[in-house]
Amino acid sequence: MSKLYDEIQQVRARYPEGSRSAVLPALRLAQERDGWLSRETLEEVADALEVTPAFCYSIATFYDMLHLEPVGRHTIDVCTNLPCALCGAQEVLEAFESELGIRAGETTPQGEITLRAVECLGGCGYATVVAVNDRYRQHVRPETVPEILGGLGG
Amino acid sequence: MAELHEVLLAGADERDLTQLAEYRAIGGYSGVEKARAMTSDALIAELEKAVLRGRGGAGFPMGRKASLIDRKSPKPKYLVVNADESEPGAFKDREVMARVPHRLIEGCLIAAHAIESTDVFVYIRGEYLAEYEILAAAVEEARAAGIFGDVRITVHRGAGAYICGEETALLESLEGKRGQPRPRPPFPPIQGLYAAPTQINNVCTIATVPAIVEMGAEEFAKTGVPSSPGTTIFSVSGNVARPGNYELDLGTPMRELIYEHAGGIAGGRELKAVVPGGSSVPALSPDQIDVPLDYDSLGAIGTFFGAASLIVVDDRCCMVQLALRSTKFYMHESCGKCTPCRVGTRWMVQILESIENGTASHADLELLDSVGDDILGKVLCALGEFAVYPVASYLHKWRDEFVAHVEQGGCPFGGSSSLQGILAPSDMHAHSPAGQEALV
Repeated sequence: MSKLYDEIQQVRARYPEGSRSAVLPALRLAQERDGWLSRETLEEVADALEVTPAFCYSIATFYDMLHLEPVGRHTIDVCTNLPCALCGAQEVLEAFESELGIRAGETTPQGEITLRAVECLGGCGYATVVAVNDRYRQHVRPETVPEILGGLGG
Repeated sequence: MAELHEVLLAGADERDLTQLAEYRAIGGYSGVEKARAMTSDALIAELEKAVLRGRGGAGFPMGRKASLIDRKSPKPKYLVVNADESEPGAFKDREVMARVPHRLIEGCLIAAHAIESTDVFVYIRGEYLAEYEILAAAVEEARAAGIFGDVRITVHRGAGAYICGEETALLESLEGKRGQPRPRPPFPPIQGLYAAPTQINNVCTIATVPAIVEMGAEEFAKTGVPSSPGTTIFSVSGNVARPGNYELDLGTPMRELIYEHAGGIAGGRELKAVVPGGSSVPALSPDQIDVPLDYDSLGAIGTFFGAASLIVVDDRCCMVQLALRSTKFYMHESCGKCTPCRVGTRWMVQILESIENGTASHADLELLDSVGDDILGKVLCALGEFAVYPVASYLHKWRDEFVAHVEQGGCPFGGSSSLQGILAPSDMHAHSPAGQEALV
């Protein structure tokens, strides 16, 4: 059996027998391996959890952090909810768009970076918050954008 | 300035309380020993006496909730900590988990003892990666030190869904389902996680429990105000000079928090509005900010304490754009289960877009109100109502601004609003240069 299968069995053991509670951690493990959740990956997770692929798909479509399409090797999520928006999030988003030559919601042509506008990340007092590969950068300003992109190592 | 009693964050400025030894050095985990020497009944009585009102937003007394758990049930009893902090404006739970994780863990162990539970789940929002790592490491360290006894604490990560902060949606999600709210009754203390009796509380609520046990409910009840004892962490964001988290007694005047602690309005501008409980509550106008920050005082002026999260808005902001950005969020996060919320939030966005674009008529303002009325009270959970409350308050308190959009055929700010052009995730689906111009 695959490494993913074994990891999913370990996660399952944390929850009551017969429950489906391991589905989110299992999908997360699969996404950490592949970067996104393809149909084949969903089937693999479903097998490991002894549920149907359709069930896994229904879960994956519900949660924003689970990707059903390929994303770039790096992800940049700019919070544009009210507190960040009031403090200039749109300028930060536009600075990323202009540096990367793509619009929010797109991935750079070589598949390197996906840029997204996202809902509140819970860093409202430290606007603008940007999650770079899921790690928060706070107090981001348009001037900070080149440094953040430089830190991704191309 | 009122005296500041630190409870949740006490000691965190001086020491690295993510470390077990440091937390123990300030008396940490002595509360759990004291609690375990008490019977469950006595502990629940103490918690009830403290009147610790739920810090997640609803304000239901934590001890009263514990008293509703059927401890005689043959089923397991569960304690679930709601760490799915997702309310725009709220970032207090995150600070507790990142800086005083052991205080939360100690609260879990005490609350578990009260309801005779050995299974604790902490449901943390998926985006909080750093906080998850800190909390998981603290759980491991405390477990290895033998503090848990027969209790198991499992930290369960969400995957990006605002609705999972709603307690029954959280339970569904924790059970591995789509995070859609359940009809109530039955309420979680009767039938919660895996259909078993379940106590569910916010991070700040549980992290306050050790202090109650240590100082005694009587002393605790002397802090804050009689109807809402204790402290909480107020998250202040938006157009203030010093945004951030401030732990203060409940009952602290809102004006003091905004103008003294948070330094007043940034850049010397004028205050226009305060959304006091996270983005989901009715906004207050500048003449209303002398209100004490507690559940009953805010309720008395038609808003909510909510998540103790103040979004401060200065005079550069167009209230129609504020309403539009807010509603796009609730539209995006509606789980789709109840038609009034699923369809109504989308309809509200369309009406608000037409107001902002200058194509709306006076009748559309009435229509916006009426769509809101058709959501309120007709949905399973509060999300739909959270979409309506703020917009209804913007429409009524800043009606002149809405009317001006209609009469001038567009935004009176003429492109200079602080929210001009702000993009929401829901806009990205049709994101094109032409599409962007059509947005706010």
